[in-house]
Amino acid sequence: MLKREKTDVLVIGGGAAGMACALSAAKEGVYVTLLERESSVGGVLNQCIHNGFGLQFYHQELTGPEFASRLIDEMNMENVKIINQSYVRDIDVRKRVAQVLSPDGAYEIQAGALVISTGARERPFGSLLIPGDRPSGIMPAGVAQRYVNLENRIPARKAVVLGSGDIGLIMARRLTLEGVEVVGVLERMSYPGGLTRNIVQCLEDFDIPLHLSTTVTEVRGEGRLRSVEVSKVDENFTPIPGTSRNIDVDALILSAGLLPQVEDFSDDLEVDPVNRGFLVSNTCESSVEGVFAAGNNVAVFDLVDYVAAEGWIAGRHAALFSRGVNTSGDRVPIFRGKNIGVLVPGIVDMEEHLRLYIRLRKPMEKGVVVLRELKIEKKFSYGVPSEMIQLVVNRDKLQPLMNHGRLTVEVQ
Amino acid sequence: MRSVVIGGGVIGTLIARQLSRFEGEVILIEKREDLGQGITKANSAIIHGGYDDPPASLRGKLCVRGNELYDGLARELKVPVNRIGSIVVAKNEEELKKLQELLLNGQANGVRDLRIVGREELQMLEPAISSAFNYALYCGSAGITEPWMVAIAASINAARNGAEIITGDGVVGGRIEKNSIKCLSLASGREIENVDIVINAAGLFYEKVARLFNVEVPPVKLRRGEYILLDKKARDLVRRIVFPLPSAAGKGRLVVPTIDGGVLLGPTSEELQDFTPQELKTTVEGLDSVRRSGRELIPGIDSPQWYIKSFAGIRPESSGKDFYIKAAREINNFVTVGAIRSPGLTAAPAIAEHVVLELLPSIGVSLKEKRDFDPFIEERIRIKELPFETVSSLIENDHRYGRIICQCNEVSEAEIVQSIRDGARTVDGVKFRTRAGFGRCQGGFCSWKIASILSRELGKDLSEIRQNVPESWITDGKVREQC
Repeated sequence: MLKREKTDVLVIGGGAAGMACALSAAKEGVYVTLLERESSVGGVLNQCIHNGFGLQFYHQELTGPEFASRLIDEMNMENVKIINQSYVRDIDVRKRVAQVLSPDGAYEIQAGALVISTGARERPFGSLLIPGDRPSGIMPAGVAQRYVNLENRIPARKAVVLGSGDIGLIMARRLTLEGVEVVGVLERMSYPGGLTRNIVQCLEDFDIPLHLSTTVTEVRGEGRLRSVEVSKVDENFTPIPGTSRNIDVDALILSAGLLPQVEDFSDDLEVDPVNRGFLVSNTCESSVEGVFAAGNNVAVFDLVDYVAAEGWIAGRHAALFSRGVNTSGDRVPIFRGKNIGVLVPGIVDMEEHLRLYIRLRKPMEKGVVVLRELKIEKKFSYGVPSEMIQLVVNRDKLQPLMNHGRLTVEVQ
Repeated sequence: MRSVVIGGGVIGTLIARQLSRFEGEVILIEKREDLGQGITKANSAIIHGGYDDPPASLRGKLCVRGNELYDGLARELKVPVNRIGSIVVAKNEEELKKLQELLLNGQANGVRDLRIVGREELQMLEPAISSAFNYALYCGSAGITEPWMVAIAASINAARNGAEIITGDGVVGGRIEKNSIKCLSLASGREIENVDIVINAAGLFYEKVARLFNVEVPPVKLRRGEYILLDKKARDLVRRIVFPLPSAAGKGRLVVPTIDGGVLLGPTSEELQDFTPQELKTTVEGLDSVRRSGRELIPGIDSPQWYIKSFAGIRPESSGKDFYIKAAREINNFVTVGAIRSPGLTAAPAIAEHVVLELLPSIGVSLKEKRDFDPFIEERIRIKELPFETVSSLIENDHRYGRIICQCNEVSEAEIVQSIRDGARTVDGVKFRTRAGFGRCQGGFCSWKIASILSRELGKDLSEIRQNVPESWITDGKVREQC
């Protein structure tokens, strides 16, 4: 029998953002339903068995599973219904009705407010259009991590990592610890893509070489990967003739970036072209009223703590919306000025504090973040795109924006 | 009578199915682990109208007939066929002349629903087409299909009608007595005795198989085509199959909607110098040219955010450029169906008909129709294509319909288990049957789940599960023995 249910807040995706969101919404006293596609909530935290999580959200250093289990324990004490192994088949975001499949049956859920916390996916190898054969042994770092940490399986004997994003660095170390020979990490940019602490703790401490301005230009192997051709690249990422060499490996571990998962909703909700995630305000509301989004589907964050914090805000506003409490105030758009890459949010709502998350376009020795219309400046030294700059502005200080009708964020 | 078909692509499987209509024993031998994994797997997946093949050729004759037969395949084998139509675009009056030649050629071949349209109608047919084009040859009978499913469904139906389907084993030789093949030897050591007729549908290897029996056939030439598969989002820009003007090199690099909602760009057409059927690689130059051609036809289609994957396919041809379908002169009971280049997929059902109903009787094979031949296979459930309420009741009876394994293409565990019952033995076997892992995450979230289901259903350890061929291992042993 098709189950027809009503809920105050429907949260789609039970990773860090979704769990924090469900928890904070429930704490507002509303009924929450959380949809999770895997057999338990936690998202990618479940396979991130290393530490380094929680310093901001819990003021304590935790592993991924510890971070997840704290949120789960807290959620269990609240009014949250979790539907595991569920799949949103269809959704009307304006009417906030979702058709959901799960092994327990099919549900049609009418929600008072929606939160989309679908996270990000790894950029697949295929989309890089790297020439060559199509053997097995080429996998995103997250898949390798899943095999090693949760499935108890070794997916490689001799590996090279392409891309120096954090998960690639973590997996270079993880595979090394399990006896896989990791011959190096390749990065096509002239600077690393991951956090500095991961470069030190995952590569330098284990003597794994990092090759900058280098990429894979061909993959070879019938059946299983046999070798990769690597080349030096110029600043436009074009291979430099005469620099190519072969490396014999049976695995190519990809850490080529994360893509916010927006496609299932992007016909209805506005997407920021630079962040590639949902355009949201600082109340985490999307371009459709009553539909909120938080976490890596808004932009790829560098810390799970930020993701959980944003989920928390989304949950509170979604709960209030579902109760018919109007929490939103006047709004102005935020514009990118010089040197700004990823920027969250895209809209300032005067009723909520402004939490800005910024990624630089390129590494800078030092600089100053300027919130032009607010005349607020924040200096930094050694800024790199991999580490977000966070700025919080109390809502009491946002009023000048009403006269300007906009906020411009730039780095000088 | 015992007939043996060598090769389990669309040609071999449809011939085996055609043979299974008649009394006698049918054996199909495919050396790969699965059917339809050679030429059948990597082509443009088009059911061509048949307007550009020379009327006097086998291609001209069999393409149009094959196109017609696809309606029957769709009905009987539940193969997806979508006649979305095709256009060949032209810029100016000079190019328009070429369209008129194609139109006349198509009319001579008996192509249905074929006409030339001007800019206004072209704009309606294909709103995102480049403004450089002012005319098009529209063919309403052209369409798209899922080629490997043609091969898989044909083999399932042939098996249902008594045929034996052997996979993972190839013919390595045989014994000839009195100018007839009597026995075939397989790589596994198995011997197939008392053979009455052998049909060589070995694809890229037709010449190699013919040589095993000292049969002369036109030398095979290999041509490689590179493709780029685009995300479903690209479908907003393209409705029909879009061809540039054909040239001496072939039909050119196209923009083709795929049956599961994506878009394909390509192929290139590069003649390989040596016989290197394993050279299924893509190149920088090839992919660049595919992208460039796509942009020229439909501006905006070459958008990096839509790239899902690139791949290459190899097709065989002979210097005559026509199909080579002939009984051997040297041996009484050996037929070669070779050099099946484009439009081989379209022509395949007509080739099977031609071989079994015309060619075999002409060499003295007498066929007696079975009374109990069943042309149908049961439709495999794809929950993605069913109404919500129907899926809901399916889940009530089998909860595995509610466990979605591939989120990109909405494929349930029940469908994956069914595909394994139907013969899938590898991750690719499941992928090609169910479309699980074909979507935008390219298996990032489901490849390990599919491998686990294969391991469970086949009673094998995870480390024994392969992506496709025996060398394509996925995992190698455990991290910890105890945990």
